[in-house]
Amino acid sequence: MPLLSIRNLQTRFATDRGIVRAVNGVSFDLEEGEILGLVGESGSGKSVTALSIMRLVPEPPGKVTADAMTLEGTDLLRLNEAEVRAFRGSRMAMIFQDPMRSLNPVLTIGRQITEVLRRHQKLDGAAARRRAIELLETVGIPMAEKRLAAYPHQFSGGMRQRVMIAIALSCNPRLLIADEATTALDVTIQAQIIDLVKRLTRDRGTSVIWISHDLGVVAGLCDRVNVMYAGNVVESGPIRELFHRPSHGYTLGLMGSTPRVDGGARRLTPIEGVPPNLIDPTPLCPFLPRCRVSADACRTQAPVRRDFGAGHWAACLADLAK
Amino acid sequence: MTVAAPGRLPSPRFAGSIVLAARQFPRHRAAMIGLVCLVLICLVSALAPYIAPYDPIQIKLSAKLKPPGFEHWLGTDHFGRDIFSRLLWGGRTSLSVGLLVVAFAFALGVPLGLVSGYFGGRIDNLMMRLVDAFLTFPPLLLAVALVGLLGPDIQNVMLALGIVQAPVLARMVRSSTLAVREDLYVTAARALGAGPGRIVLSHLLRNVMSPIVVQLTIVFSAAVVAEASLSFLGFGTQPPNPSWGRDMSEARRFLGDAPWMFMAPTGAIMLCVLSINFMGDGLRDALDPRAWRTRRTLGPGES
Repeated sequence: MPLLSIRNLQTRFATDRGIVRAVNGVSFDLEEGEILGLVGESGSGKSVTALSIMRLVPEPPGKVTADAMTLEGTDLLRLNEAEVRAFRGSRMAMIFQDPMRSLNPVLTIGRQITEVLRRHQKLDGAAARRRAIELLETVGIPMAEKRLAAYPHQFSGGMRQRVMIAIALSCNPRLLIADEATTALDVTIQAQIIDLVKRLTRDRGTSVIWISHDLGVVAGLCDRVNVMYAGNVVESGPIRELFHRPSHGYTLGLMGSTPRVDGGARRLTPIEGVPPNLIDPTPLCPFLPRCRVSADACRTQAPVRRDFGAGHWAACLADLAK
Repeated sequence: MTVAAPGRLPSPRFAGSIVLAARQFPRHRAAMIGLVCLVLICLVSALAPYIAPYDPIQIKLSAKLKPPGFEHWLGTDHFGRDIFSRLLWGGRTSLSVGLLVVAFAFALGVPLGLVSGYFGGRIDNLMMRLVDAFLTFPPLLLAVALVGLLGPDIQNVMLALGIVQAPVLARMVRSSTLAVREDLYVTAARALGAGPGRIVLSHLLRNVMSPIVVQLTIVFSAAVVAEASLSFLGFGTQPPNPSWGRDMSEARRFLGDAPWMFMAPTGAIMLCVLSINFMGDGLRDALDPRAWRTRRTLGPGES
């Protein structure tokens, strides 16, 4: 049984101009210990998918429905607020894009770590403190004992993100969601953080959903990738498969607009146009107006899912296997 | 930093925020001066029965309107009462009004504002309409009405002024809370399983403390002055009992002939308000780790 199983997840928001379908029928499984990348441009529904899993979508104006959304067999959508709270931080945890803003500026680092340990693991003051020191050491913060009394503004961005990771992993969650966790950091720190996440989650068998718009980061970290567009997964596959044989017009576009170190001198080709309107979704492929490889069939019928083996599939009608 | 034996480590909650903030406060020089002044004023007022040279309500018409001198340090008023003695006794009334109104406004206004700002929606709407209803009255008129309702007694004056000030504070706390609520660390805390109580108390309250402290210093001054107005209107302190505000408003009639009558209570109120303002500044800085300063400088070879 997969750790996390999602079927037909729909997250809608009521607005004055109509219902925005931010996530529109996402389905996927996440295996134990697997690192899954969630890739797509801004507004493709990656973050809302993450917030829906964490049950952090404000309702109203939001509304989350799914045929199934189970974590270790528990239906997340059927938990009440108190039960969900007990899950957050202990069974599933999330780290956010901006480490500068995701720690409370007026509380010490130590307080912010121990708070979570006390809540979920019911540790007393001294035990929580010892554990906090261990955690900070694990994520590579030197002089951990002294740092407990430090405040977030005394830390650099990379160190704060390490603290966030320490807090997120403090209660050994089964699922870690990282929403653009390295986007605000510079590349060298980015690489360190990615290594850290890789090492810690492999050690503990934690499953990870890594949200990014950076294909390079995803390629180096993930086992499998879901490419999202207009609130849905349009292509999914093991990392090598997907990179060697991108099978959706959008994936192809993303790759064309990503610089490569080994690709020699090459002009980047941007994806023209703007993301589609999520209020009135078209029955056709939502990427059609921007697609460079569309086939005639794309203009007359809805995209169908095509399987390429090894768990690789794409919802695309164009023939890209050239 | 000393390292305690394993197993007996101090809890970081206490080694952290509160103690560090308390350590920070004395570094703010103006705040320390304010604190010392305020403590002195409170002490002197509390000890008024022992140190006041004269009876504050004893009328002695032969000695009326005497300028400051050896016999009467701050002169006498139009009934020949010793102004210094009245100042000491009056401080008991004025300070207790100021401090209790601050305490009351805090106890009522802050929870109201936090709950309203954090939960929003219907609760917010209900509470804020209530606050609006109170704010539509001119503050003094509302206080007069409340005192009229409760009876002209100094305790009721404190209660009335507290009720008048609480909505102002509630509205301010609410708007600060609304801003802080949207910060990412609040979402991050929720993602780690924090419930509403924890978020409001340890995340929101701590982050809206600075504007609260500033507002409370204003509430204090407003309360002392409002007590004077109420006393002038015949509520609150009844003659011949002294209070700074009362004496100040009475002294207006003699401003040309006996300015010292006016200066003494005015000076006392001013000193108090300034002290509290300075303390407020220090407290605000002590509560915000980003404003902390260190006295240490880097020595040679230190990094």
